[in-house]
Amino acid sequence: MNAVVLQGIHKFYGPSGTGVHALRGIDLTIAKGEVCVAIGPSGSGKSTLLRCINQLETVSAGRVYLDGELQGYTEREGRFHPLPPAKVAAQRRRTGMVFQRFNLFPHMTAAQNIMEGPVQVKGLRRSEAREMALALLARVGLQGLHDRYPNQLSGGQQQRVAIARALAMEPGVMLFDEPTSALDPELVGEVLDVIKDLARSGMTMMLVTHEIGFAREVADHLVFMDQGTLVESGPPRELLANPQNPRTRAFLSKVL
Amino acid sequence: MTKTNDPGGGASPPVAGEAGGAVTLNVIVPPRHPGRWLAVVILALLALQMAQALAVNENFHWGVFWKHLFHPHVLRGVMWTLILTVAAMAVAMFVAISLVVMRDSDNPILRGLAWGWIWFFRGTPIYTQLLFWGLFAVLFPRLSLNLPFGPEIIGVETKWIVTPAMAAVLGLGFNESAYLTEIFRAGFKAIDRGQTEAAEALGMTRTRIWLRILMPQAMRTIIPPTGNETIGMLKMTSLVLAVPFTLDLMFATNAIANRIFLPIPLLMVAAFWYLAITSVLMVGQFWLERHFGRGHDLPATRGLS
Repeated sequence: MNAVVLQGIHKFYGPSGTGVHALRGIDLTIAKGEVCVAIGPSGSGKSTLLRCINQLETVSAGRVYLDGELQGYTEREGRFHPLPPAKVAAQRRRTGMVFQRFNLFPHMTAAQNIMEGPVQVKGLRRSEAREMALALLARVGLQGLHDRYPNQLSGGQQQRVAIARALAMEPGVMLFDEPTSALDPELVGEVLDVIKDLARSGMTMMLVTHEIGFAREVADHLVFMDQGTLVESGPPRELLANPQNPRTRAFLSKVL
Repeated sequence: MTKTNDPGGGASPPVAGEAGGAVTLNVIVPPRHPGRWLAVVILALLALQMAQALAVNENFHWGVFWKHLFHPHVLRGVMWTLILTVAAMAVAMFVAISLVVMRDSDNPILRGLAWGWIWFFRGTPIYTQLLFWGLFAVLFPRLSLNLPFGPEIIGVETKWIVTPAMAAVLGLGFNESAYLTEIFRAGFKAIDRGQTEAAEALGMTRTRIWLRILMPQAMRTIIPPTGNETIGMLKMTSLVLAVPFTLDLMFATNAIANRIFLPIPLLMVAAFWYLAITSVLMVGQFWLERHFGRGHDLPATRGLS
């Protein structure tokens, strides 16, 4: 069973035809338990693609399936009918997302940030959610920091709280949008370690990253994107060692 | 190996450093501010002179001031002024929150309605609006729910619903709502877009995102200008004689002043009470700001683990 299936995804910003054509027909499949990593130059559409999976962006053409269910629409006789907002919100519970800029809720402590989803969306009791939050904080190596507000935490700690917050919803797929790009270099490692642990635990994940070494280590499936197209994909070691496409080669020669 | 810098003279005792070594804190001599002391002396002298000039000036009729400060009509005026302020601000906030949500809505009809409301209530004078609310019962003697062009289903005499107090509250509240909407909107706009996205990614619905994520954060920037507006509203209640509503503080003191032909001491009475209420409101604002500043106004202790 495939966790994520993307079929012919196009994304236009602005009026289609004249606006920016950010994604130009992407097909991608992520199996259950697989880690898919997208690399590529800035503006290649990696983040946009990731955001299409949990409907932070609406696709202009194509279909997004999670666990075989079409996301965002019901399709009848070849036409797309948008789902009501409550249904979209429910579909988003399948995915957890970690952002480049953490986006923790600044008016809540670390524990409250993690509890927010389970309590408000799943209706979990506060006491249960709190236990869960403390366990998750321990899992990302932040035991004892549950009462800290985000601005009392370092960037790496904030990002680990953000990961715990996404995990608290028990998503089927985790999406990481350049999770280490906003971190000081010495804090990157601690966040990557948490992500590696997750990958080892069999979590289905899609990552967008600039950390090529990390991509090689963690990915089951590496895709290279450029100018809104999926240029090349394959097992990371092969793709990185022996890129077939000249654009991939050009990119890798700059970053490796 | 420990290293201490001897500052000489009255060195402070070494305190325990993190690695077990002794750290001698710098001895900091607070800077002197002779200019401040001079200013304090001059200002104190000026204040004394002003106080004396006020106290001995017979034109202020301090006896009359003290006699009327706790006059039953004045106290009743204070109470009504407070009621009008609180009720009008409550109406204004309720309407303003609805309007903010409407302006942010996907629905163009709601957006248009909100725009029209703000356009009208901000664009016409409050005094005119209050006169209009006072005349509402004359313009529409009966409020009723009818079938279109058909018989009345349920109805009531307007004067039972739009009483002078109600007219005053609605008039003040609706007018204020237009201003508060813009303040609230600014507060919500200042929040990073990533907050909404993070909440959406958790699967939160629009309503919950508003209530749990956006509102508490917007409060921080909304409270200071809203405190301003509340204090403004306190004094705007003195306009309700346009309705006419005749129980508020300004009307009460004016009525007494006109009776005994001594406007100054009664104006001082009114000013005293307005100032007293404003002071209480400012204390309330302080506590609110502290509550909603949580997570922001803390000293950042980055990187402690």
